[in-house]
Amino acid sequence: MQPVFEYTKGMIPGETNYCPGCTHGISHRLIMEVLEEMGKLGSTIGVGPIGCSVLAHKYMNVDMLEAAHGRAPAVASGIKRVHPDNMVFTYQGDGDLASIGTAEIIHAAARGEKFTTFFINNAIYGMTGGQMAPTTIIGQKSTTTQDGRSVEQSGFPMRVSELIATLDGAVYVERVALNAPGNIHKAKKAVRRAFEVQDKKLGFSFIEFLSTCPTNWGVSPVDAMTFLTEKMLPYFPLGVLRAPEGEA
Amino acid sequence: MSDKILLKGNEAFSEAAMRGGCRYYFGYPITPQNEIPEYMSRELPKYGGSFIQAESEICAINMAYGAAAAGGRVFITSSSPGIALMQEGLSFLASAEVPTVLLAVSRCGPGIGGIQPGQADYFQATRGGGNGDYKIPVFAPSSVQESVDLIYESMQLSDEWRNPFFIFTDGILAQMMEPVKLPEKRPDIQTKDIRKHKPWALTGYGADDSKRNTVISLRMQPDALETHVHKLFEKYAHAEKELVRVESFGLEDAQVVIVAYGIVARIAKEAIEILAEQGIKAGLIRPISLWPFPYSEFKKISNKTKVVISAELSMGQLIQDVQLGVGDRLPIRLVNRTGGMIPSSLEIAQRTKKILEEIGG
Repeated sequence: MQPVFEYTKGMIPGETNYCPGCTHGISHRLIMEVLEEMGKLGSTIGVGPIGCSVLAHKYMNVDMLEAAHGRAPAVASGIKRVHPDNMVFTYQGDGDLASIGTAEIIHAAARGEKFTTFFINNAIYGMTGGQMAPTTIIGQKSTTTQDGRSVEQSGFPMRVSELIATLDGAVYVERVALNAPGNIHKAKKAVRRAFEVQDKKLGFSFIEFLSTCPTNWGVSPVDAMTFLTEKMLPYFPLGVLRAPEGEA
Repeated sequence: MSDKILLKGNEAFSEAAMRGGCRYYFGYPITPQNEIPEYMSRELPKYGGSFIQAESEICAINMAYGAAAAGGRVFITSSSPGIALMQEGLSFLASAEVPTVLLAVSRCGPGIGGIQPGQADYFQATRGGGNGDYKIPVFAPSSVQESVDLIYESMQLSDEWRNPFFIFTDGILAQMMEPVKLPEKRPDIQTKDIRKHKPWALTGYGADDSKRNTVISLRMQPDALETHVHKLFEKYAHAEKELVRVESFGLEDAQVVIVAYGIVARIAKEAIEILAEQGIKAGLIRPISLWPFPYSEFKKISNKTKVVISAELSMGQLIQDVQLGVGDRLPIRLVNRTGGMIPSSLEIAQRTKKILEEIGG
């Protein structure tokens, strides 16, 4: 019998700590499937964040380091200098990347570090219990914006991909969403293009995954997808923000 | 071995690190260590190495974490407020047992303080500012030559012990020029051979995922974390036996013993000569390793000694280890300056003499 579907070798079989309806599982799998398809699992070094995905090194079947909160791009810069021919990536949430690690991500992009960053934007701090993130949208409730985020109190949500795309060292920047099968297919293509850019040593590549957090948003997994589609997509438009010349 | 050449401290430190094997350096400008990133940016590529001017000291230590976890030999440097920013990273490196050599060119605090030499970061170096139970060996040289030798040796020791090593210098050693003999270049570890030398390093596991490596410091299960910390402390217990370095003289018949490290120990040696001319026998204990501290050396102090003096450029930090070494046997007094003020040998001699008179020696 011919198998029509197999679990990717890029994921280590077993339970994860992720909540039902969380999209970390999807983004993990997309990245690992692409690495497997490219034959790169054995030559990849991943850097995990602090946050819900702090245990990514237990799930992703590649050599991995667990960085301090926000520091993954600095750590990955060091790794890539030692192993310029290996595939190196960071996997970071919005508190990690867009708040405490803002300097690290901006300067890694500006230097054109030849690794790939996967940015999980679910508009909230997950592991610490649902506090406001830099990407929490106006009006969104969190445990530190209990009446909904207000501009007066907390300013505006950050569009990180747009920010990164202004930097010449960042050669591939795309925002994708994990809210529907079509978008998930596009997300996988984006992951592949990012790794191809890295493989060709063209510069820094950055993929933002619009993601969900039903637990801390306080909604069902289905309603979380609706929130992503109706509330996040208008503020965080999908698409390629920067690509190597001749590509779009 | 080459012949002696005249080198500025910071440049000699850099050269020693590269000859010791450093191929990765990540630095951020801060006075008085700026000649090091400048020298490294120019010279490290000639050794086939890689230099990054980091966006902060926080990033520099984390670049070090990545490069060293990937099996590279790493040397980083900073000065007092910059070392403060690196403490988060040091705790991670110590927990994950990742080797790196960190050199501090100490200046004055608190706060932005001043850029003159100081030793007020003794606690920062020996007790650490990072979170959790961990230890880092600290060497405090008192000449440019000794700095070169300790940096060169630490590049190897750090790999052997799988631990960060700390070289604690100050603005005088970093900025002064002295004749030095540079060591021979240590052989490179080729990137393709890293796993042979460092089977724990992140290199990609190749064809066999049973050889997958992870470098982590998170242990959510209390029993697992306790076991890990105990394992670290078994290593530290060995270090306490094997890494103690100390110079001492005159302890057998000294009326007064001066304890001093780094540049102050050199001034104290002159002070001891001045005291000898006045008929006062003074001995010296110069801790070279600040952790592990040479506590047992204090047992050599004879019954002829009336008082032990801690001479330091801080408000009484070294003196706490002196107290642990001396116990209740003898009175202990502080001879210190701070804020970037450096005592002359005459000042140390005069203050020592006065203390001896007050004690009744």
